[in-house]
Amino acid sequence: MNTPTTPKGGYSAAHEVTQVKTRRSFLENIWRTLKTAPPTAWFGMIVISVYLTVALFAPLLAPHGQAQVFPMAYAPWSDEFRLGTDALGRDVFSRLIYGARNTIGIAVATTLLAFLIGGSLGLIAAISRNWLDQALSRFVDVLMAIPSLIFALMLLSIFGSSATNLIFIIAVLDATRVFRLTRAVALNVVVMDYVEAAKLRGEGLMWIMRREILPNIMPPLVAEFGLRFCFVFLTIAALSFLGVGIQPPTADWGSMVRENAGLIQFAEYDLTAALTPMIPAAAIALLTVAVNFVVDWFLHQTSGLRDEH
Amino acid sequence: MSTNNVLLTMRDVHIDGFSDDHWHHIIKGVDVTLKRGEILGLIGESGAGKSTLGLAAMGFARPGCKIVSGTIEFDGIDLIKLNHSELRSLHGSRIAYVAQSAAASFNPAHRLINQTIESTVSHGIADLETAKQDAIELYRDLQLPDPEHIGQRYPHQVSGGQLQRVMTAMAMSSRPDLIIFDEPTTALDVTTQVEVLSAMRTIVEKYNTAAIYITHDLAVVAQMADAIKVLRYGETVEDAPTRQMMSDPQEAYTQSLWAVRAIEKPPQPAIDTVLEINQVHASYGKSVKVLNNISIKVPRGQTLAVVGESGSGKSTAARVITGLLPPLEGEIRFNGDTLPAALKNRSKQQLQSIQMIYQMADTAMNPRHTVRDIIGRPLSFYLGLTGQAQDQRVMQLLQLIELDESFLDRYPDELSGGQKQRICIARALAAEPELIICDEVTSALDQIVQEGILKLLLRLQKELGITYIFITHDIATVRAIADQVVVMFQGKVVEQGSKEDIFTAPYPEYTELLLSSVPEMDADWLTQLQAQRATAGA
Amino acid sequence: MHPILTTIIQRLGLGFLTLFVVSIIIFSAIEFLPGDFGEAVLGQAALPETVEAFRRELGLDKPPIERYLSWVGNVLSGDLGNSFSGRNSSGVDRSRDVWTLIQPRLANTLFLASMTALVAVPLALALGITAALYRNSLYDRIVNSTTLTTISFPEFFVAYILILVFSTYFKVFPSLANISDSTPFLEKTYRSTLPALALTLVIVAHMMRMTRAAIINLLASPYVEMAQLKGVSKAKVILHHVLPNAWAPIVNVIAFNLAYLVVGVVVVEVVFVYPGLGQLMVDAVSSRDIPVVQACALIFAGTYILLNLFADVISIITNPRLLHPR
Repeated sequence: MNTPTTPKGGYSAAHEVTQVKTRRSFLENIWRTLKTAPPTAWFGMIVISVYLTVALFAPLLAPHGQAQVFPMAYAPWSDEFRLGTDALGRDVFSRLIYGARNTIGIAVATTLLAFLIGGSLGLIAAISRNWLDQALSRFVDVLMAIPSLIFALMLLSIFGSSATNLIFIIAVLDATRVFRLTRAVALNVVVMDYVEAAKLRGEGLMWIMRREILPNIMPPLVAEFGLRFCFVFLTIAALSFLGVGIQPPTADWGSMVRENAGLIQFAEYDLTAALTPMIPAAAIALLTVAVNFVVDWFLHQTSGLRDEH
Repeated sequence: MSTNNVLLTMRDVHIDGFSDDHWHHIIKGVDVTLKRGEILGLIGESGAGKSTLGLAAMGFARPGCKIVSGTIEFDGIDLIKLNHSELRSLHGSRIAYVAQSAAASFNPAHRLINQTIESTVSHGIADLETAKQDAIELYRDLQLPDPEHIGQRYPHQVSGGQLQRVMTAMAMSSRPDLIIFDEPTTALDVTTQVEVLSAMRTIVEKYNTAAIYITHDLAVVAQMADAIKVLRYGETVEDAPTRQMMSDPQEAYTQSLWAVRAIEKPPQPAIDTVLEINQVHASYGKSVKVLNNISIKVPRGQTLAVVGESGSGKSTAARVITGLLPPLEGEIRFNGDTLPAALKNRSKQQLQSIQMIYQMADTAMNPRHTVRDIIGRPLSFYLGLTGQAQDQRVMQLLQLIELDESFLDRYPDELSGGQKQRICIARALAAEPELIICDEVTSALDQIVQEGILKLLLRLQKELGITYIFITHDIATVRAIADQVVVMFQGKVVEQGSKEDIFTAPYPEYTELLLSSVPEMDADWLTQLQAQRATAGA
Repeated sequence: MHPILTTIIQRLGLGFLTLFVVSIIIFSAIEFLPGDFGEAVLGQAALPETVEAFRRELGLDKPPIERYLSWVGNVLSGDLGNSFSGRNSSGVDRSRDVWTLIQPRLANTLFLASMTALVAVPLALALGITAALYRNSLYDRIVNSTTLTTISFPEFFVAYILILVFSTYFKVFPSLANISDSTPFLEKTYRSTLPALALTLVIVAHMMRMTRAAIINLLASPYVEMAQLKGVSKAKVILHHVLPNAWAPIVNVIAFNLAYLVVGVVVVEVVFVYPGLGQLMVDAVSSRDIPVVQACALIFAGTYILLNLFADVISIITNPRLLHPR
């Protein structure tokens, strides 16, 4: 292949000078972004990794079983029971570790399901842009007109609070928000000429969704996944705290707070006892903060906002 | 306060911009001298730095830019040394700015008259009542309809051309010494543009205001400026008084800018008709018809130019042909056979034979696909070419569009404007079509790049026998490459015929208006036109 | 008729339609109860005739549409049915009318919500607007990090921290909000301070972030740059150019966050044992007292819909394109 020679003093397309982005490899890009990450993002990433490790290796890390009952209830903090025991004599520390696995596990499953439902429906609505889009959007509007905690409470009172019910109900309710976001970002892409070019070519719906639209909406979707996870996580914790979420004896941070809430009034006599119910609550808060920091930084990177120099 | 005639002096100005994680040089040592009452035309292609330089003349740098070195002296005052509030006291009082997009520059929540006089009143130059009366006079001078009351309207209630004139009034309100016009007519239709230009020039002459007029359109700058400066890649290429520059440009680059319209196309005999549009009516679902009884015949192997301004329906006609918008009535015949009205009813072959190239190559290509993917997809989709065979054909196509194999793995954001459009052409060619619809494909490109693309299209037509429907609003392009011309206005065909027929008198009324509004490379053109239209109207 | 009136009427119509559909959803909840719920409510020892009488009382033998219409009719005339609690297997019915159960609780919740909103909304707007104006300053960054942290805290965490510090350690406020109809106003306020504070912290964080984002968005408009190029002072740019266009986004932010208030109130009431609607609903859910759950859900949902309707109408009447059509 010969490179076309530049005609003397004339114009050559191949030699057009342009201010283009310098091409970097994928790994290079990742390393550069990590280097410029603020301390909050680093903090977030480290915390998330710790939590994931605990969740995955819970049986190896916990000294006792989550439902294992010991004869001393409300035992103080000691070497055997690092955080004491609860009203039924179960080791709080072990339950804390198992709680990571249970609570995070259910939250992740719910978020994935919400994305599956909301994401695919959102894409379909954005592409079809006809009666189907209208019908779906109106339906979602109505579902979103009921505050989700209230709706969840109502549905749980009817169907009962099992883990599967919990996952399914919250996933459907949260899918509405995922639908709205996916539809909005997909609509921005759908009006682009390259999507019209694909339609003119005769490409099918699946091809357009998979190869034209999806690659271009990943950044906001990834960010939204993080935010939805936080919301789902907090909702499940709240429902468990209210007693209608994850049921005992499964260890779960929300219900652990409720179970031990009575210890708070002993703050002036035994501070550690008062802190016992606070620890699972703090665990919830810490993970959510970490995810929020990471998502915030990710959004800042991808939005490319120009700051004053 | 200096006493001599020089108003603005910029010496060895360097400006840097921040993008892609580091600082680039945008302006690399430019000098400017402007006398009182003089109009300087700043010409250059996109990326030359004209807008940045224009803002720097006010001492202003956009976020992401900084003035690194050099002096900028306005009437003896060094703008770079001023602090924020001192600079602010000059803006809107002694130096004013007219932006490209009038619609975006007005606050939708306030009436036009209040925004017009805002800076005059806030700088204490005149009190409210005086400023209001003065604004009405300015509206009158600028030939705005109903000058007494138009100020009471809101921005969304007036048209683009009117809004641009109100913005000029806004700049004039404080009787500044200098106005920076930043591409003010680029977004306007040809017929609107000529009125706005005329109004601007009249008023700037009346108040003896100095101005820097930034544009990429040579014919326009010839009407407005006393002297012209050509910029390229942030450096001055040439500086000269207008008439001298027009008749005798020195530098090769300037000459190439001037010579763009020199493409000649020999006339060709028509063989047969490849596409026929018969009595088509179309609308977008509301009651107003966008196309009203359109009939067009497209001869094989030739270029049919469809000319019109915004609202003429030319883009809608393209959508009807491709099947994106099924017409309300009428039919389309391709090679003698009726074409199914809706896209989904057409066969793959029918889809293959008609291809489209878009105006904005940026949005016409998926930013996540490489050049190889973009050109390769039609090859595999229509012709079933994969693997080695596909790669070979892609390379052939790249050669055809005058690029080479180094482009294969690039992404669209690593290409220049002209290169992007060439890839889009290659994508259209990959399908081996009989007809290509070019929807304003050169409108978003610089002059020299435009010439390259047009020459390429003509060469491809000669070699491959492709028919083009070339949609454009630019008369000069039509003269250069068309065989047949269709003039459209408000959804109707005004006339259709060969290029010679269309461009010789007598003209239908709209064609007359359209052709006469196109600025020519003659510094006296606007003056003559103003005189002509004044006598015609009197 | 002025086009803006048509838009408003259309929006109102849509709002009431939504309320209608939501009421259908809430009503049909009872359809999904498992068959043996009659026994669950009345107890194992209930005789079949008692269960049957119970079902007939609920009208479960009539067709759904007739039931829905009579339910709506009852609701509109103030009869929300009778609670499931208070019934036993012998058929003796000491159940109370739902509205008598709800009414005092509703009043309390409204009191708490208003107290919170009065403090939270102005505070959040002030913080949000100033943070947007001094974007990327130290102040902005601190406020950003703090609010990002606070919105990540579950409401009960915030509530318990407040109890720990202000109630158990420094005995300033009571941890149990014992209020009733007869409590004098100041006393009520004093006892509701901690719950209101907990709610305020959560809501201010959300609202402030959204306000900041909305104002930053407006600051990036081209007409703001134009105003700067005209030499308008920064203060005037904000007051004169940005604020008139800010009503719609800000009102939407407030409405959206008052919805958080509705939800947060449930958890906070449970923590502080505040006798409000939220706590009533949670108790009813635990005991599967469906009529009470339905009534509470209807009230919460209705409030939320009305708030959004109000926000939409404000957006419409502050839109210059609709106020002054071509």
